[in-house]
Amino acid sequence: MQPIISMEYKGMKRILLDHGSGGLASNRLIQEIFVKYLSNDILNSLDDAAYLKVSERVSFSTDTYTIDPIFFPGGDIGTLCISGTVNDIAMLGARPRYLSCGFIIEEGFLIDDLEKIVKSMADTAKKAGVLVVTGDTKVVPRGSIDKIFINTSGIGELIVDCPMSGKRATPGDRVIINGTIGDHGLAIFTARKDIDLDFEVRSDCAPLNSLILELVSKIPEVHVMRDPTRGGVATTLNEIALQSNVCIELFEDALPIKTGVKDGCDILGLDPLYLANEGKFLCILPEKYVDDALEIMKKDPLGKDATLIGQVKETPKGKVVLNTKIGGKRLLSMLEGEHLPRIC
Amino acid sequence: MEGVDIQKNIKGLVSRIEDNLKGPFRFMEVCGTHTVSIFRSGLRSLFPPLLEHISGPGCPVCVTHSIDIAMGMELAEKKDIILAIFGDMMRVPDHRGMTLKDLRAKGANISICYSPLDSLKLAMDNKDKEVVFWGIGFETTVPTVGATIIQAKKMGIKNFSVLSHHKIIPPALKFLVESGDVEINGFLLPGHVSTIIGVSPYEFLAKEYNIPSVISGFEPMEILDALYMLTLMHKNETPQVINCYPRAVKPEGNKKAQEVINEVFEVSDGYWRGIGEIEASGLEISRDYVEFDAKKKFGLKPRDVTQPKGCRCGEVLQGKISPKDCPLFGKKCTPISPVGPCMVSTEGSCAAYYKYGV
Repeated sequence: MQPIISMEYKGMKRILLDHGSGGLASNRLIQEIFVKYLSNDILNSLDDAAYLKVSERVSFSTDTYTIDPIFFPGGDIGTLCISGTVNDIAMLGARPRYLSCGFIIEEGFLIDDLEKIVKSMADTAKKAGVLVVTGDTKVVPRGSIDKIFINTSGIGELIVDCPMSGKRATPGDRVIINGTIGDHGLAIFTARKDIDLDFEVRSDCAPLNSLILELVSKIPEVHVMRDPTRGGVATTLNEIALQSNVCIELFEDALPIKTGVKDGCDILGLDPLYLANEGKFLCILPEKYVDDALEIMKKDPLGKDATLIGQVKETPKGKVVLNTKIGGKRLLSMLEGEHLPRIC
Repeated sequence: MEGVDIQKNIKGLVSRIEDNLKGPFRFMEVCGTHTVSIFRSGLRSLFPPLLEHISGPGCPVCVTHSIDIAMGMELAEKKDIILAIFGDMMRVPDHRGMTLKDLRAKGANISICYSPLDSLKLAMDNKDKEVVFWGIGFETTVPTVGATIIQAKKMGIKNFSVLSHHKIIPPALKFLVESGDVEINGFLLPGHVSTIIGVSPYEFLAKEYNIPSVISGFEPMEILDALYMLTLMHKNETPQVINCYPRAVKPEGNKKAQEVINEVFEVSDGYWRGIGEIEASGLEISRDYVEFDAKKKFGLKPRDVTQPKGCRCGEVLQGKISPKDCPLFGKKCTPISPVGPCMVSTEGSCAAYYKYGV
């Protein structure tokens, strides 16, 4: 094999197929970017697998991030791929501990951009108190994928006796959200379409585990926790209503939505209830714990806008009903297909 | 407290409407934005039992005939064409059940635009391609399309044209009341369309057919105000056309927009989904702007195509049946795999029933 002169990372601008070959170029990339930022004893051993010690009951989750654009107001694919999986793990009532990350990178991708992304991953992992302990990088020929895809998987230790589940919503329960709805979805939508609104909309992308830990360690009974990502609050609540075979009623006038997000959605024909969130979770719990839960949430910056937004009822089973501002009722259905801009 | 006040006002108005009703009163709205507002706000759940709401042909995507859809699809399949569309057209199935989404997956170049002006920019950025804007919409949309064509002419842009399937509302209303198939006791007239055309094009509804009609805004309170006026005129047997949306609608409409329409378009017969051809209800690009007429530029001719089997969108659009009466509703036809256009557009009555109906 010919020596690869250009494999020197410093001074090189773009990812080459060599970087995924497993040879010297790969090694340099691992050392000079991945290990540099994500360093910890387990990762640094660079064995084929990570050696972990965890408690008996674990929560395990995986997600693949293909977001476009990869840099957006409020975060980037690096922030997202850590906080997204951390949040999924935490939703069961678990303390996220270890993550893996797999990169698929398009040939020609800017190394500076990769470094920015990995730095965001490191910052977010630090915030969340998790370690990235194993990883993989593949480089594919230009045009095979769009820039960069990242998969993260992770495990966390359960700290509750009875894990939260979408099946546990019970009539009489209340629904709380930790803050404003639709920020991430609108930020991505406007960045992707290059739409310039008069106000800045930023993604809410953030790891929620410390807030969740605080909540589940102090509130003895939380039935459901779920992060309303793709499909938004409306779709997530529909999933829960179906899983638990209950009706979930939302109070329209209580929904926390930033004025800018509301206006932006009006202009673009979008509905905040169907827009993705990346730093929010829905929490369904018995009515008697509502005040305590809100108080705990509001103490955390990620929960300062926490609001009671709905309640669980018996019927109509499997449906989400919106109690509208004017005192009417209507169905809030699941998102069907792509969220397309509206005509007119 | 604000919420409680609104609810109190709404309740009050609903009961005043109820007081006007001595028997069933059926009103039709002919604007997709009204359809959505009535459903989305939950207003429909508050209507008194005697007040019957039907949605007419007010959703531009829904009224687009299979013949016109076939023409747009034919264009999308041509090489070196970028078809610029409003988002909703993406999922409308043609007579074969194919959509632009399917064509895009096969390699067709389709671009979703928010404004016709975006498509002009697209043409300037893609000089080696022909960019065609698929003009779907009523009087509200037409002036912007017209202005875009005027702009294109001024700038001497050669690779831009418009496939005009625009429609105008009053002839469709005339057709509905003349056919007499459905009893309509009152019209809730479209706020947006009226800002352009004004009040007088609707006068015939009251004068010739004794049907009270009210131009209304889109907030729930505005709609209820309009319904109060409609039911009052019905009770007193004093049919008139009333403008309850004066902050946006001037009696004479928007003269400037009308001038643009008259400059760039000429009235022609139009195909309406489920209805067929209605005299003088369509808009073609006028002779002065013929170089921007995609039909002429690409030699497109209407083809005789069949409507999808079992689809009753046509009857829904005329208020003859409720979406729930269609055997395909919610079964074979859902927003994710729509058979007819009324299930595609967010403004379509079938989609509204499916999405919001409790």
